[in-house]
Amino acid sequence: MTTLDWARLISKDRPGSRVLAILLIAIVAGLLFAPFALTGAKAISICVKIMIFAVLAASFDLLLGYTGIVSFAHTVFFGIGAYGVGIALTRLGASWTSLAAGILTAILLSILLALVIGLFSLRVRAIFFSMITLALSAAAQTLATQLSGLTGGEDGLVFRLPPGLMPNARLLDSKLLGLTIDGKVLCYYLILAMSVTFVLAMLRIVNSPFGRVLLAIRDNEFRAEAIGYPVFVFRTLSNVAAAVFACTSGVMLSLWLRYAGPDASLSFEIMLDILMIVIIGGVGTIYGSVVGATAFLIAQGYLQDLLKASSAASHILPGIDQVLSPDRWMLWLGLLFILAVYYFPAGLVGVLRRPAGKLNAKGGRPAKDRFIMIYRWMGRAR
Amino acid sequence: MTDTLLELDNVHTHIGLYHILQGLGFRAQRNRITLLLGRNGAGKTTTLRTIMGLWPASAGRISFAGADIAGRSTSAISRLGIAYVPENMGIFPDLSVKQNMLLAARKAARAADMDQQRLEWIFGLFPAVHQFWNKPAGKLSGGQKQMVAMARAIVEPRQLLLIDEPSKGLAPAIVNNMAEAMLKLKESGASILLVEQNLQLAREVGDEVAIIDAGRLVHAGPADECFAREDLLKTHLGLTLCP
Amino acid sequence: MSRSDLTPLALLPVLMGCAYLAIGNPIAWLTLTIAGVAMGMIIFTIASGMTIVFGLMDVLNFGQGVFITIGAYLSATVFAALSGHLVSPDPGEAGLVILLAIAAAVVGAGLSGLIFERLLVEPVYGDHLMQILVTTGGLIVGEEIIKIIWGVQQVNVTLPPFLSGAVVIADVAIERYRIFAFMVGALVFLSQYLVFTRTKTGLLIRAGVHDREMVEALGYGVRRLFVATFVAGCALAGLGGVMWGLYQQTLVPQIGSQMNVLVFIVIIIGGLGSTGGALLGAILVGVCANYASFIEPKVALFSNIALMTMILLWRPNGLYPASARS
Repeated sequence: MTTLDWARLISKDRPGSRVLAILLIAIVAGLLFAPFALTGAKAISICVKIMIFAVLAASFDLLLGYTGIVSFAHTVFFGIGAYGVGIALTRLGASWTSLAAGILTAILLSILLALVIGLFSLRVRAIFFSMITLALSAAAQTLATQLSGLTGGEDGLVFRLPPGLMPNARLLDSKLLGLTIDGKVLCYYLILAMSVTFVLAMLRIVNSPFGRVLLAIRDNEFRAEAIGYPVFVFRTLSNVAAAVFACTSGVMLSLWLRYAGPDASLSFEIMLDILMIVIIGGVGTIYGSVVGATAFLIAQGYLQDLLKASSAASHILPGIDQVLSPDRWMLWLGLLFILAVYYFPAGLVGVLRRPAGKLNAKGGRPAKDRFIMIYRWMGRAR
Repeated sequence: MTDTLLELDNVHTHIGLYHILQGLGFRAQRNRITLLLGRNGAGKTTTLRTIMGLWPASAGRISFAGADIAGRSTSAISRLGIAYVPENMGIFPDLSVKQNMLLAARKAARAADMDQQRLEWIFGLFPAVHQFWNKPAGKLSGGQKQMVAMARAIVEPRQLLLIDEPSKGLAPAIVNNMAEAMLKLKESGASILLVEQNLQLAREVGDEVAIIDAGRLVHAGPADECFAREDLLKTHLGLTLCP
Repeated sequence: MSRSDLTPLALLPVLMGCAYLAIGNPIAWLTLTIAGVAMGMIIFTIASGMTIVFGLMDVLNFGQGVFITIGAYLSATVFAALSGHLVSPDPGEAGLVILLAIAAAVVGAGLSGLIFERLLVEPVYGDHLMQILVTTGGLIVGEEIIKIIWGVQQVNVTLPPFLSGAVVIADVAIERYRIFAFMVGALVFLSQYLVFTRTKTGLLIRAGVHDREMVEALGYGVRRLFVATFVAGCALAGLGGVMWGLYQQTLVPQIGSQMNVLVFIVIIIGGLGSTGGALLGAILVGVCANYASFIEPKVALFSNIALMTMILLWRPNGLYPASARS
């Protein structure tokens, strides 16, 4: 491919920093060769989680970073995707048609639900949206556990994929570079292809005229409305787009796990993971979700082990083992999250993009942002 | 020119990305009514809000009765003796007129604690306040609300009143009443900084004039002198405002 | 708190009437209604503080649930420590324990609210996005701290004899505790009403809900007023936590965040910043939840979302929006 094609592939939204570009290439290359290089099941599963959460977090970034709204119902769409595949494959049998039917139904349901949510909560004020989506995500969790006939309740659903994707399927007779090419490997690369496609698609969206309008709305709702862009319509459309991508990442989760359950897709912990990834990576950049997902999930995979070890080592002081227990992972995650929001709002991408000379400048927001904040406040007060 | 109550010196105010006041400087004398004139968007309201600390100045000095007030909180500025009557009047519509007045009397815990003698005097200036004493302020007409807003500003004796377009949308009879009240207020020792688009009212009450344009002072001087100069009015205020 | 708009009040009899037709059994209906009103009064206790905090300072605390939980667990601690007195047949003695528990919960929740405000809310005034993110983080951390202090296991709370059991009035058995919950809620409403109409602080808060800048321009520091209101709101959440804990009789660390969902629905229904709206919304949600859990328990939470949806269709700002800001 020529350089021009590369630029078009990423919608001319260049990483804006050499380090970031190298990092992104390294992540994609790493994911591409991981099945050949890594043997541990845990390491491979972290790789897949990175691909899934990159899409999930990027779709959340469409809302938080590009539309300026916080949705707590993102896990609901993630869950719809996961359960959609799960329910279709359990009910209709493990065939490609039922997989397609499940995915289509899930996407349609997500579009519908996102439209309805937008219709009711984005019409008046953006804060309603956060409150209503929070209520909805709680309701979805109860629903998933209550309707056990359909969803398997607390236990969730374990199901078989179409034969070609099952681990026992042999696609090549001989090994390729020492790797048996079975259904699991195919599934891995299917998820990777989906992940790359969806992230590029989201890059395309935010760099389209539609994306520019979203940014205008995020920065000054009143003015965007005054120029003639119906804020409500654009926000709702953005919510629908985000919902569809979240739904597809749920599909990817189901493909990999061959399982759909409330804790794996609907829990508040997942919501916090998404928030964390977007903040760490850099809000409003899309690339941030890829970098953030990689950093966060690797850290999560191995930090919990570290907590376990230090908890075991700290039996001398009573109480400390409680605080360091791996069960208290959420405590550390929550603290880290608050600190990240305060002191690291630009995220990894923001830090990497900052010109080298300014790296040591005073912390905090640039004056311009602060003024935008003040202006928003005043605008509301009138 | 010796008795300066309020002085702005090279004041800059930013709102969002906009640089509204760009080095504004002028003075308001004690016991005078100073008119702040200018076209729409010249920065008149911003000037009042900046003095009040509602949109803090990003640079420059604002001194009031000898104290530098730039950077102080709005409530602290108010407690120094500056009252503000905003363009939207800032009436609390859920509260009765009485309760609106009570909130302005900082030392009074209940309506009965308010200075009755002063209240009587205020009732004399603004009869509507007395008439609708127990009504929800939101139910009043525009003119009545404006009376309440002015009355509320003087519940406690204040040195300086910042009044933003009191005549806006009001009937001529009420505007006259307003002019009288302002003159009486001046007699009582208060000073007023008045933003006004109604030139008739401005002429009637104004002692001094400060004309601003694009966030800078373009003319300052005695009111009669200013109103006599057609050219000044034409260039800085536009023909339409010239009667 | 609009004076003349009474139409939304008609929602309550309409909802009750529809439920009556769906249930068909007058005694079951009446029992459910009473339970719903009692539950509504508990929700109101929590929602009233939160809605005022929003109205005054545009701050929406997604971590309010923590204070509900703190209140509930503090009361459970007091009950456990004084269990001998709590089970006393003498209502005076047991009542004193309840009062002590409420005091502990209110003070504890209020103090933690003060810390929460300083650390998390103050730095993000005026920025909804940051508020939502930071207070959500606060909710997580708070819940984890509660787990560290009180453990993750379920804690049981027993009602004192004078509040357990039911009184039978004309064939309808009314649980004593529900009457108690109703009275506490009514007391909260009444005292709020008095504060907001009779005291200067209350008037200032109402004025601030409408126009914060003008209150500043009259010489009052809205910031201090706000901190006081925030702490009072947290204390009310703590009180609500005690009441809700006794109502459920079991506590889990997630009790607050579960309740918070209902509180949000109530605030949206009632209109942000409106105490009267919160009362109506709370009772609507309370009775609706009870009817739904009788008719089809699996969709109980959805019934409230459906209720909210319908009300927003009718009034997009909620029943009684108080804040002039939009």
